[in-house]
Amino acid sequence: MKITLDNVVKTFDTFRAVHGVSLAIGSGELVALLGPSGSGKTTILRMVAGLEYADGGTIRFGDRDATRIPVRERGVGFVFQHYALFPHMTVAGNIAFGMKVSKLRRSRAAIDARVAELLSLVKLGGLGGRFPGQISGGQRQRVALARALAVDPKVLLLDEPFGALDANVRRELRRSLRDIHDALGITTLFVTHDQEEALDLADRVVILDHGRIVQEGTPQQVCRAPSSAFVTRFLGDANRLVAEVRGGRALIAGGSIEAAGVPDGRAEIYARPADIEWAREGAGIAARVIRVMDRPESRRLVARLPGGEHVELDMTPETAVGVGDSGVVTLRRANVFALA
Amino acid sequence: MRRRVLPGLPLSLGITLFYVGLIVALPIGALVFKAASLGPQDYWRIVSSGRALASYRVTIACAAAATAFNLVFGLALAWVLSRYSFPGKRFVDAIVDLPFALPTAVAGIALTTLFAANGWFGSVLAQAGILVAYTPLGIVVAMTFTSLPFVVRTVQPVLEDLDPALEEAAQSLGGSDLSIFARVILPLLAPALLAGVSLSFARSLGEFGAIIFIAGNQPFETEITALLAFIRLEEYDYQAAAAIASVLLVTAFAILAATNLLQARALRYMQRA
Repeated sequence: MKITLDNVVKTFDTFRAVHGVSLAIGSGELVALLGPSGSGKTTILRMVAGLEYADGGTIRFGDRDATRIPVRERGVGFVFQHYALFPHMTVAGNIAFGMKVSKLRRSRAAIDARVAELLSLVKLGGLGGRFPGQISGGQRQRVALARALAVDPKVLLLDEPFGALDANVRRELRRSLRDIHDALGITTLFVTHDQEEALDLADRVVILDHGRIVQEGTPQQVCRAPSSAFVTRFLGDANRLVAEVRGGRALIAGGSIEAAGVPDGRAEIYARPADIEWAREGAGIAARVIRVMDRPESRRLVARLPGGEHVELDMTPETAVGVGDSGVVTLRRANVFALA
Repeated sequence: MRRRVLPGLPLSLGITLFYVGLIVALPIGALVFKAASLGPQDYWRIVSSGRALASYRVTIACAAAATAFNLVFGLALAWVLSRYSFPGKRFVDAIVDLPFALPTAVAGIALTTLFAANGWFGSVLAQAGILVAYTPLGIVVAMTFTSLPFVVRTVQPVLEDLDPALEEAAQSLGGSDLSIFARVILPLLAPALLAGVSLSFARSLGEFGAIIFIAGNQPFETEITALLAFIRLEEYDYQAAAAIASVLLVTAFAILAATNLLQARALRYMQRA
């Protein structure tokens, strides 16, 4: 089911949470709404679900205007941030709930069979008789997903689905959500503030800030060509340097880097830690190591430049370097944005 | 003894047990002791006399009716107070506790005045052929009044703590308002409702002051058990008074024990696997 948002607006009291957002989600697509807290991403998700009504604009499911359709008739599966499982029902009871209250009458045997099928889909076979208070957070998340899928929704919506879980469970569930999405082909929209989660899982990422879409595209597009300084910073660690742009190149000490399309004048340069290189000597910006942080996959150096700026850069674990060492840094790749 | 992190267990436990003993167990023990000083045959004769049996019937039937009313109305009141905001809400919220604060005799006199055949409510009801004062209905009114806060005050905090996402989840799964109430909200309120109902019923069984003014107190018709015990007391027949009171005591205790069991059952989902 294709979802189309056209100029959707939402205001709470005096606070405008969503400013005219337009967005098209193709049938079967897996899309992430990514943004910091207060960016309006959850409000957009809740409007798509029908848990909030838009103050302006339209939301279409396929060709049908769904803007005013109440949540119970919208045919969406919603996974809540804290799962909202019914604590007094067993896992199987939770999953069966939607089928039991549906106008479509199903036999007890049919419901039981569907529950068993969903339990095995989310790899929870054998836990049907437990209560939500008796299973782990990751298992609850799977129950919430199975419960949402039980009503055969046309659209699956997830609000910070992995937010409350520890890193390992999170990675595992991310993979299994992707598998389930690929198996069922259901149009899926999820909200997250975790850029790694969005980039890992989604076909397309929609980045929001202050109730507006600031960029949308595939993970590759947004990572390689971030449209603004905000997107660059939000997608991951980035060093910021201020420089002068002349004729399409940004001038920094000891050289210049490409800044196509950036007007002459002051500009900010963003470079990822992995895009900066360190050398004992040679051409580049003079730098002095002030800290070394060892990580499983790299050694991260914090270096001070002559202007007083600090840059962080990632080196291979074998790099022999210590605090106080002097050398030069060079920028292999960077994004340049004009400073207003 | 196993080391505990929280300090003060021996002292606080000692103090509470001492006071529970002094304030609750001792008078009840004296009552049981007094009743036990009757021989089994005398005891049985007193507690199963026709007048006593009639008083149990009146008391229990009226308490059940009052509790049923409080169950529905108290739940509705708790619902309105916890879910909606409206002008005067704080005032209504404060008024709910008034039956606890008002001397029950004052409540009884006020209710009698209102429901007497020439009172504000009574005169209207009398035209419809409904007599309240000096009938069992009057007892129900007095019991309802004095025990109303129990259901409201036990259910209200649970309703306020109910996660709105539970209802949203039920809605997104296609549940109608009625099925969400019956399948999600009511079961989650059940333990609190049960507690409120049992307190309300136990209080109604023991209510005295408010009832004697409105009931008419005709033996076999509108005489409650507590009044019968009081009448025996006035006749200096302390043993008979204690015997009749012991029946009330056992009934109230049985009800509270039964609801505790039911509550544990309703909350079994809270247990760890």
